[in-house]
Amino acid sequence: MTAPLVSIRGLSKHYVRGGQVIPVLVDLDLDVAAGDFVALMGPSGSGKSTLLNLVAGIDKPSSGTIRVAGVDIAKLSEADLARWRADNVGFIFQFYNLMPVLTAFGNVELPLLLTSLSRRERRERVATALALVGLTDRADHYPNELSGGQQQRVAIARALITDPTLIVADEPTGDLDRVTAGEILGLLERLNDELGKTILMVTHDPKAAERAHRIVQLEKGVLVA
Amino acid sequence: MFVPLLVLRNLFRHKLRTLLTALGIVVAIASFGLLRTVVDAWYAGANASSSARLVTRSSVSLVFSLPLTYASKIRQIAGVEGVSWVNWFGGVYISERNFFPQFAIHAPSYLAMYPEILLADAERKAFYTDRQGAIAGRKLADQFGWKVGDTIPLKGTIYPGTWTFNLRGIYDGADKTVDQSTMFFHFDFLNESVKKVYPRRGDQAGLFVVRLRDPAQAAAVSQAIDATFANSLAETLTETEKAFQLSFVAMTEAILVAIQAVSFVVIVIIMAVMANTMAMTARERYGEYATLKALGFTGTFVAGLIVAESLLLALGAGMVGIALTFPLAGAFADAMGTLFPIFFVSEETVALQLGAALAVGLVAAAVPAWRVARIRIVDGLRAVA
Repeated sequence: MTAPLVSIRGLSKHYVRGGQVIPVLVDLDLDVAAGDFVALMGPSGSGKSTLLNLVAGIDKPSSGTIRVAGVDIAKLSEADLARWRADNVGFIFQFYNLMPVLTAFGNVELPLLLTSLSRRERRERVATALALVGLTDRADHYPNELSGGQQQRVAIARALITDPTLIVADEPTGDLDRVTAGEILGLLERLNDELGKTILMVTHDPKAAERAHRIVQLEKGVLVA
Repeated sequence: MFVPLLVLRNLFRHKLRTLLTALGIVVAIASFGLLRTVVDAWYAGANASSSARLVTRSSVSLVFSLPLTYASKIRQIAGVEGVSWVNWFGGVYISERNFFPQFAIHAPSYLAMYPEILLADAERKAFYTDRQGAIAGRKLADQFGWKVGDTIPLKGTIYPGTWTFNLRGIYDGADKTVDQSTMFFHFDFLNESVKKVYPRRGDQAGLFVVRLRDPAQAAAVSQAIDATFANSLAETLTETEKAFQLSFVAMTEAILVAIQAVSFVVIVIIMAVMANTMAMTARERYGEYATLKALGFTGTFVAGLIVAESLLLALGAGMVGIALTFPLAGAFADAMGTLFPIFFVSEETVALQLGAALAVGLVAAAVPAWRVARIRIVDGLRAVA
């Protein structure tokens, strides 16, 4: 049996507000296999986005371990964690989070600036990624010249440009109409099926969750299914 | 090129805000430069003075003159290489608005003592041989359109009557620190005329200029000169030329301090305006900076984007401000006429302007950059939602 790509043990996260301890995740265990497509569902405040942030290395747990490809990311320093994210995680956000002053091409190229690739190699990779999401002809367009679906495609191209170990998607269809949401989910399925990308997706939408291989339900910081 | 392009594009996201802030910096840096130049002009006489020259005047006041016979006694003091004498004339040319300094000098000794006054040999010869001859600085001659050979009438205020001089030469300065807005004429012409009308005012010099053999002996020679005339009817006060010039500056020191204070206040104000601009800019982009950090860029990199943007704005606008200082100073000098004989934007002023622009850029970016570098990614991402 192969080891899971993501292995979470005894994970807890709490915040302190006005002297009061507010638990968000409580003693949580979860495994995600390499190549899996997992949907995290649950009501608002259940801790699903917090769990996603912890796995993606943009937040620190209060206790417990999070191993991704064998690395306990909870123990990494800020600088090491930044480097780890650049090498291992592709982010897809609900509101796309593109740089408005960069073209689609520039936005996709952005993560490659942290690599040692030459300019020519970067351009080739960006062109491939934009072709994959069907936006070759919009490479020179700025985000405000693109529709929501197109912006999310650019964000997906940016997420996969470094060939990450894990793609995390926080409500990737939350700001899109149903048809466009379907297209984006189809694209994520392709990344999973054809490129073997491991995807962890937070969603409120049961139809979106149906596209995943597995649905994980959270309620009040505890896994219920 | 990617990062500089990102910084440049970010800078012009809010064009109006950027242009207004840049305008503020341009005005502040140009004003700072102009005010510093005014202060420099005040000190120009002192800065241009020579350490090899002393000035001997009445110990009571500059208003009181000294007997001309002192010249030969001063010349005999050890360490003295040469002596010349000068009288302030204080005449009015056509109108009192046309103020410029006029001195009656013992021409051969005075011009020998001031080699920085450049006069063509032919003009020097013509000046020496004409009892009513005069020479004027290039700036002064240009201001009134004088040419060699012109007759210049001055209405005396200290020495009543109308005095007519023949312009025999126009001098230049060896460098731009030399005053070129002064008129010189022969001491003997003034002295002989005065002796006829006011015999008791004859053979008196306003001050003596002393050239030293060794500038290091300035203190000893000064003491020796003053000791020579101690307990006489006209005791002397001898000081270096620089100290003499600074004594005039000291009379208006409060004004100078105020001008200097205003010049720095202008910079502090624009620093606050710029800091507000950068704080607003950073706050609006928290989400973008958090995204960059999520993608793997470090806090230092993100902070660097803000610092670079701030510096680009401050230095870019600062350069325009510096460039504008030169025509502004030129216009100011023209408007002031000969009030400031030496008025130019010095290299030191330009360096100070550049330093001020750099400081504005760095200070304005400091707090926003620090905040962005420390912002938690999850908090920054919430700013997007």
